[in-house]
Amino acid sequence: MNSSNLLSIITFVYGLAAFLYIASLVFKRSLPGKLASVVLLTGAIGNAAGIILRWQESYKLGIGHAPLSNLYESLVFFALTIAVFYLIIERKYKNRIIGSFIAPLAFLTMAYASLSPNISDQIQPLLPALKSNWLIAHVIACFIGYSAFALAFGISLVYLIKQNRKEDSDSILGRLPSVNVLNELNYQLIMFGFLFLTVGIITGAVWANSAWGRYWGWDPKETWSLITWFVYATLLHARMMRGWDGKRIAYLSIVGFMAVLFTYFGVNYLPGLHSYGSQ
Amino acid sequence: MRYLQSYFNELWKFFVSVKLSISLLLSLAATSIIGTVIPQNKNPAEYVKAFGDFFYRLFDVFDFFDMYQSWWFQMLIILLLINIIVCSIDRLSKTWKITFVKNPKFNVSRFRTLSNKEEFIKDGAPEQLKSIYETIVSKGFGYSRTEDTEKGFCIFAEKWRWTRLGVYVVHLSIILLLIGAVIGSNFGFDGFVNIPEGKGVKSVRISNSAETHPLDFEIRCDDFNVTFYESGAPKEFRSSLTILENSKPVLQKNIIVNDPLRYKGINIFQSSYGPLPPEEVTLKFTIKESGISYVKKLLIGQQISIPEGLGTFVLKGFTKSAAFRGHAIGESFIGVIEPANGKSNEIMLPLRFPSFDDMRKGDVLVSVEGYKEKYYTGLQVTKDPGVWVVYAGFIFMIIGCFITFFISHQRICVEAVKSGNKTKVMIAGTSNKNKLGMESVIARIIKRLNR
Ligand code: HEM
Repeated sequence: MNSSNLLSIITFVYGLAAFLYIASLVFKRSLPGKLASVVLLTGAIGNAAGIILRWQESYKLGIGHAPLSNLYESLVFFALTIAVFYLIIERKYKNRIIGSFIAPLAFLTMAYASLSPNISDQIQPLLPALKSNWLIAHVIACFIGYSAFALAFGISLVYLIKQNRKEDSDSILGRLPSVNVLNELNYQLIMFGFLFLTVGIITGAVWANSAWGRYWGWDPKETWSLITWFVYATLLHARMMRGWDGKRIAYLSIVGFMAVLFTYFGVNYLPGLHSYGSQ
Repeated sequence: MRYLQSYFNELWKFFVSVKLSISLLLSLAATSIIGTVIPQNKNPAEYVKAFGDFFYRLFDVFDFFDMYQSWWFQMLIILLLINIIVCSIDRLSKTWKITFVKNPKFNVSRFRTLSNKEEFIKDGAPEQLKSIYETIVSKGFGYSRTEDTEKGFCIFAEKWRWTRLGVYVVHLSIILLLIGAVIGSNFGFDGFVNIPEGKGVKSVRISNSAETHPLDFEIRCDDFNVTFYESGAPKEFRSSLTILENSKPVLQKNIIVNDPLRYKGINIFQSSYGPLPPEEVTLKFTIKESGISYVKKLLIGQQISIPEGLGTFVLKGFTKSAAFRGHAIGESFIGVIEPANGKSNEIMLPLRFPSFDDMRKGDVLVSVEGYKEKYYTGLQVTKDPGVWVVYAGFIFMIIGCFITFFISHQRICVEAVKSGNKTKVMIAGTSNKNKLGMESVIARIIKRLNR
């Protein structure tokens, strides 16, 4: 079995986990929820194994490089970080309900990587510009940041849904964590994500400086990562200094994640060229 | 004077507001989008074609084709800069005082009202507990102080007070980034140059402009090599460069992408490459009558006599895309045959079709045996004296963000009050952020104190 096959299977494992989380939420049973955690953990382990396997395969092909060099590989890594982050939060807050919103994100990410006809899962040789340790640091930092933002996005959705309904301890919403916990969690994740986004942008700049002699060139991908950074900086100041309430913060968090998605996918449809990520 | 003073106060008030920073940050985010949708610094003709004449002029008025250098975008950045500086000065004067106090003030009654508070009863009188408690508390905190009270004692402790300054490190880092960028754009340059193998240059073209920038040394490309993967994608390109000062070589280095040459503050990066028309070719002349083939090396422009007295041949040149009777035949050498008697005849020697010259049915058949490929190397040549200021900003920003987000100023108070022959102990704590984290700090201390 090669890594692409393994990772396609993981897509279905994540799908199953998402299904179980949602089933547990809808039918108000805890058993599918417990199962879901086990399945998601299995998926994450398989996902990590797939990445390691792919790394070895690239060496066997004689073009060895860390599996973080194209869109497929970055999506696979993104799915792993989402799953791992979520599992940590699940353990810490002992609440599985948020899983119904996050596990589907991991599933969709993997499904997009494995099934989209536009994304090649071939192991490709590295273009000269991509041969840099800064690039590896850059990709890892960015995707850790993005996954924290993805989780904050899921939590913001939950927050808004819960905010807009009346409390009712028997309903699904009643069993969600309290709005205060969600609000705090959202904020913590965004601070975490912001630190990593910052490190990601900085390592990217250092890499660009070592490859092209300029640390900033206003190319669309760079600019969009800066736009994302501005949105989250706004959010942090609004909350720290102006005490914005949970609702407005949740909206900003959603806007921020849209900017993340655009930085990641949308930029490829804009005019201009960023040698990394377009395929 | 009075008038000036109030004017200044108004201005200060305007810049001290966080509303302003939020508006500026959002405006920067929103306007930055424009330059990602409209490709920057292209030819006016391309813009007219894409947007039409009217929108071309409109966008041009707003500098949308070079928006990140436009006056209004730079203005937003300058406003942001003033905003950060004014805000930080305003705040820092207060934060500084509470950060650098010798004896921090503590107020027991304040701690008693905190929600993050625990109480328990312990055997023994307060005097017996005092020194044990002092050691336990002082272990976990940088600063601690014990005060005796009427019926017992009170220990105050705190740590990481200085992390309140973390946010100023972040803001300082942004100022450094902008200073570095200004230094770079005023005292640096960003240029490029193509150098054919074996040649040297003493100036470079500035990117996005027609200017050239002279260098005070010469860059010579001694050799260029490119290797490919099986798929045909380039694997590595490598230039052997020599730096010459007054025609004397002073430095030699092979550069590849991601491994530049640096000399006198100027960085030379491998950036692209391209083929050059070959200058030398090996031709084969096959004489029809005798059937003998002669192999000759020729330079462009060179004239030789065809063997066996069949006239002369001149190698005229090389073209990338030749056409013959309306058909594209690709890269070809072009030559002229002057027969000993008869009309001169221009012939094409396409690289793709070695026996092309057969068709002419002449008494000599000319074909290309081989030629030496030549390349030029494309170098990015930059100078940025501000880069170290920017890098310092990067480091400050990461450290500052980490401190600001994840380390908080923690304060606790342990109060022991005599209660019969036992002691009532109260522990309460507060931190300037991460309240959840503070709860677990308190829980851990209680565990140790209540053993
Ligand atoms: C993008 C550029 C930034 C601008 C324009 C900006 C601007 C400001 C302004 C004007 C204030 C109010 C100043 C004050 O009252 O002290 C402020 C406060 C603050 N900023 Fe920023 N800031 C920026 C980036 C950041 C970043 C990246 C962080 C993340 C660590 C940050 C963290 C803070 C904090 C924690 C405060 C509260 C300070 C306090 O409590 O005194 N800022 N910022």
